[in-house]
Order: sequence, then structure tokens, then C-alpha cells
Amino acid sequence: MTRRHLLALALLALAIAVPAGAQDKFITVASTTSTEQSGLFGHLLPIFEKDTGITVRVVALGTGQALDVARRGDADVAFVHDTAAEEKLVAEGYGVKRFPVMYNDFVLVGPKGDPAKVAGGKDILAALAKIQAAQAPFASRGDKSGTHAAELRYWKDAGVDLEAKKGAWYRDTGSGMGPTLNTASSMNAYVLADRGTWLAFKNRGDLEILVEGDKRLFNQYGAMLVNPAKHPHVKAALGQQFIDWLVSPRGQAVIAAYKIGGEQLFFPNANG
Amino acid sequence: MNTVSESLALAVGLVTHADPNLVDIVMLSLQVSLTATFFAAYIGLPLGAAIAVGRFPGRDALIVVLNAMMGLPPVVVGLVVYLLLSRSGPLGSYGLLFTPGAMVIAQTILIAPIIAALTRQIVADAWLEYSEQLTSLGASTYRAATTLLWDTRFSLATVLLAGFGRAIAEVGAVMIVGGNINGVTRVMTTTIALETSKGDLPLALALGLVLIAIVVLVNAIAQMTRGWAKARFG
Amino acid sequence: MAERATGLPIKLMKVAAAPGGVPVLGDIDLTLVAGGRTVLLGPNGAGKSTLLRVLHGLIPPSAGSIAWGEATTKPRGQAMVFQRPVMLRRSAYENIRYALDLAGVRGDEVDDRIAEALDEVGLLALSARPARVLSGGEQQKLAFARVWALRPEVLFLDEPTASLDPAAARSVEKIIVDIHERGTTIVMTTHNLVQAKRMADDVLFLHAGRITERTPAWEFFTMPRSIEAVNFLEGERI
Repeated sequence: MTRRHLLALALLALAIAVPAGAQDKFITVASTTSTEQSGLFGHLLPIFEKDTGITVRVVALGTGQALDVARRGDADVAFVHDTAAEEKLVAEGYGVKRFPVMYNDFVLVGPKGDPAKVAGGKDILAALAKIQAAQAPFASRGDKSGTHAAELRYWKDAGVDLEAKKGAWYRDTGSGMGPTLNTASSMNAYVLADRGTWLAFKNRGDLEILVEGDKRLFNQYGAMLVNPAKHPHVKAALGQQFIDWLVSPRGQAVIAAYKIGGEQLFFPNANG
Repeated sequence: MNTVSESLALAVGLVTHADPNLVDIVMLSLQVSLTATFFAAYIGLPLGAAIAVGRFPGRDALIVVLNAMMGLPPVVVGLVVYLLLSRSGPLGSYGLLFTPGAMVIAQTILIAPIIAALTRQIVADAWLEYSEQLTSLGASTYRAATTLLWDTRFSLATVLLAGFGRAIAEVGAVMIVGGNINGVTRVMTTTIALETSKGDLPLALALGLVLIAIVVLVNAIAQMTRGWAKARFG
Repeated sequence: MAERATGLPIKLMKVAAAPGGVPVLGDIDLTLVAGGRTVLLGPNGAGKSTLLRVLHGLIPPSAGSIAWGEATTKPRGQAMVFQRPVMLRRSAYENIRYALDLAGVRGDEVDDRIAEALDEVGLLALSARPARVLSGGEQQKLAFARVWALRPEVLFLDEPTASLDPAAARSVEKIIVDIHERGTTIVMTTHNLVQAKRMADDVLFLHAGRITERTPAWEFFTMPRSIEAVNFLEGERI
């Protein structure tokens, strides 16, 4: 009887160990769904691995969850796009130092029919005010992501009291960029999206880009090492190597080289 | 219905070309869920038999709890296991989070109650038929439980298939504890979720059809084995 | 083979039984000695099956005491055959081997005992057949083969031929007699009075949960003493 138990335990150890321990040098990076779904990592990580021999395991979540993962010490590096939240993490001592890496921009996507008449505009605040006035359907991520945080800032800056003015027209999906786009597509609603996810998105329906280019729509990405002082097991050397590579001329060039349909998605700005 | 026919064509293409990425994902799904079924059976079969045959205070309450746990939401199981395995959690030092091991653990917890509850029902029904004869022959409670487990093996095989089906079909638990990491913890269901969220619905549906086909295949193999065993051993 | 303490005589003193909370037997005083063929008779609901199970240790008494030889817990060396046979999903051979294993009989002699037992009941050719695909009559004979291999001290039988056709019933009766002749004490219930007359040497008559009469068989059938027994025999005749 005991022999059978030992056998089962051995099998358990084997089952867990074999798939997990198969890599040699690797780091875990908590990042956002927009960077993953835009295909940037698919382009960038193989090059990084060839340059350094380090494998990167990306856990793609909303910014809020990604930073929580970093805070818990379940990742070595955080690479997200919410500057305020990132700096807060460093201030709390969970991040070592925040390095700006690149920016992409948001675009306002909406139905060809354009009920709020915002197409071609260069002012996101004006566009949002028009949408609220027309009570045109608008899909929001509502998931504490960097995109969601930005969206809320824009409503505020446009002078719209969202809490008061929210109605049936404002749809809070509580989900990632892709699912929110799916919802917007099926509802013919306006939606704020990052350009990367939009370019890679295939289920567009009647939606197209209506407002872009407003400097306010630029979306800054930053990377930081999870603080080994708080979480001693963090792979500090390897993690920092990744960040250093991202902000190096080599890494920045690789980022700039990533294109979808000939269009560049991310604009490196590590040096300001 | 264009999406469906497009997906069917895609699905056939995926299978015939045996895209190595897809093969890896399928193999990982099978590895994780089959391992989880094995461990859940290791826990659930004896547990179910013991509750069926044993008599002890609180037994009725335990049966109610066990049956209720068949309805554990996978995403809740995933969340709890995540909190346990997180570096900030009690079992963090094992470094199991975001590995297939964590996925096996989560799925085992998810399906062990199903296997235990259904085993309990099957063995209890058999016990009604056998208890007098087995007691007359001098079988201890332990011996009776193991005898009944073997005797009801054909029904129990279906229970294991139910457990496996639940495991390989779920996405909530493995998404949270595995992190859907490309090449490491990405399984069929998390891939389908990912492709759906990217808006690539035909591909997502195609993968779904492949998943269903694999589950049907597993069941067909099990049924054939059953038939052969029944003919041979009765 | 290891010696085992004898479980006879079985002594019941002021025993009552209420299986599942329902009172069935009351105030039973009974001593069962070795060697006999005792038949329990009585109308439906009298408690025959319950008494059988109490004697075999399957139902604990709700009052009174019971002893098997020197012991107060059910000893090994007893077997029971039920109205419907209960076989495991394995071959005929394996079913008997299972019973022998539970009785502590393993090793070289197992094969011979099983073959002898199957031969006694005429099932040797079906040794490898899955027990559950055998006919009802064959399965019941297999149950007796199991008993034959076990060589119990006491054999309890609850309506053993009630689900069998007359030919199978007669063949089973012969097996019971053979088992008795090998040294097993027999305690049996039956509804078949003709069978009872053939098989009993001693009759225990039960009525409404009490033993009304206990006499040698020929006395019971020719000169029943209690009014209940008289009514019972009259009723059966009609």
C-alpha cells in the first residue's frame, strides 16, 4: 500500500517538474494584453533571446492585474502603460526604477455612420463631448487597464461628469481590448483603442478610425524591475538585462521596426 | 453561417498540416488534463467508496458538501490556487505559479469532487446489492470498498471520462494560474479565448472544433477499451 | 489449514431485533447445536429472514445477547446463501477464489478446492465464464459451489430454491444434503412445505416475531402443538 503511494507521489513530482523545468535561463514579464495582442512580443522576444540566450515568459493581463502580479513578486519585470500607477509602485518600494521605453497612441474608433459627427477631428476631448451629448453608444473597457485609465482622464478633461451622465449609451464591458472591440463592433459603438490592437483586430464590422493624432492620445509604456529587496527570489540580473536591452539602441530599433501592414505601431522614446 | 464553414475549413487545414505550434498546445492540454484526472481519481475513487460504505457521524452533511462541490466555478478555483501559489502566498516558495504544475493542481482540485461524488453514488448503489453477501463472506469495510470499486469499474470509467471532460474544457482556472504564456502554459481553451479576444473568430472556432474532436477521440478510445475489457473479463 | 474456534452452539437469550427501526422479533430464546438440519417455518412477516440474519450476525440484536460458541462476535466459518445469488463481475472461478481469500485460504490448495467445488455442482466447464452471464439457476449453483469450497461450520439459507425451476431446485436440494453430510450444520427458511418435509430434521415455527414451537420435524408435521402452527399447516394445505 505504501509503495503505491510513493509511486503516485513520484509521478506527481515528475508531471510537475518535467514541463516546468524544461527551460534554462528565463524571466517572467507581466505585461499588458495590448502589447501581446498587437504582436509586438512575437516580433521582439525571439530577437532578444538570440541576442542574450534568455527566454521571456510573458503573462499578458490588464495593467491593473499586471502591476498586482509585480507587487506580489510573481513576475521579475513589469512592462505596462500607466505612468502614474507605475510610479506609485516604485514609490511603494515594489519597483526598482521606471524606464520609459516607447509610446503608441490611442485612436477613437467608431461606426461608419458616425451619429455623433466626430470623424476627421483632431481633438479627442471635443469628440468625446459630442458623443456624450448625442448619447451615441460607447464601449468602455472598465477594467482598470492603462487604456481605461486614459479614457477616464479624457472624459474628465472634456468636462464630462461620467458618473452623472452615464446612461444606456455608455457600455462598461469590464474586459480586455479585444473583447471590448468585439462588443463595439456588434453594437456599432464608439470605442477608444490602442492602435496596435486595432491594427491586429480582425472583427471590425462597420468600425473605422475616426479621430487620431491628438497629442493627448499618446500612450507611454514603461518597464521596471520588481524589487529584489521585497522579493529576494526575483531574477534581478536577468530582468534588468531585459530592461537594459529594451532601452538600448538595439532594442529601440527592433521596436521601431515592428510594423503591421506597413504601419509602425510603437515609437521608441527611451531617451526622451 | 459563413464563419462556421470558414472555421470548418480552417479546422481541417489545421489538423492536416499539423502546425507544430498547435501540436504543442494540444499535447500540453492533454498532458495537463490527463494528469489532473489521474490525481483526482487517486483521491476521489477511494474517498467516494469510503463514504459510500462507511458509517460515521456527519456523513450526510459530507455527502451534501461533496455534491455541492461538483459545481465549483473554475475561475474561483483558479483564483484560490493563484493566491496560494503566488510568491506572496503560503506556498510561493515552490515557484509553481505560471507553470503547467499549477494548472494540474487547479484542475485536480476542480474535478476531484466530481469523481468522488459520482463514485460515492455508484458504489452506494452497488453496496445496496452486495452488502449482505460481502459481510457474510467476512469482508472488512476496507475490503468491501476496494472490491466494489473494481466491480463497478465500467461505470467508474464513465466517471473518469466526465472528470477529464470537465478538466480539458475549462478555461477559468488554467488561465489564472497558468497565465497563458506562449509556449509554456498555453492550452487549447486559453488559446481559443485569446484568439476570440483578438477578434479572430474563425480561428477561435476552428480551434474549438479541434478540441471537440480530440475529446470525442478520447471517449471513443475509452469506449473501445471498455468493450474489449468487458468481453474478456465480464 | 488454521484451526478456528468453533462458533457453535449459537445461543440467543431474550433477543429482540428491529432492523431499520421496525420491531420484528421479540423475546427469542434459542440454542442451535451442531449437526442438524433446522428449517424455519412461519407465515409471511413472521420474522424468519430476520432471525436467520441475526443468527448469522448480519443484524445486531436490539435487546438481549447472542453468543457463538465462546465468542460474542460473529466468528468465521459461517456462510449464507440468499434467494438471489450475488456474484462479482468476474469469472466463476474468481468468485470462489475471492471467497476463499477472504476466509484466509490461499496458495496451492485453492485451485483444487475450486475445481472440486465447481465439479460438485456441475459447473466445471463454466469455470472461466464471467459469472454474471450465467443463468439464474447456474448462478445459484455457483453460490453453492462457493459454499462447498469454503467448508463452513454453519450454512444459513434464505429461500434458496424460491427463484429456481423444479429441476434446478431438486439439484440444489441434493447439494445441500451433500454439504450437510460433509459436516456443516444447516439452518434454512422455505415456503415450500413439501421441501421442508424432505429436508428438515428439526422445525422452528415462528409467528409474529416469536418462536411458537420447536420440535423434531416428523412431530411438527403430524402433531403440531400450537394453534398458530395448526392454522399455518391448514392454510398451506388449502
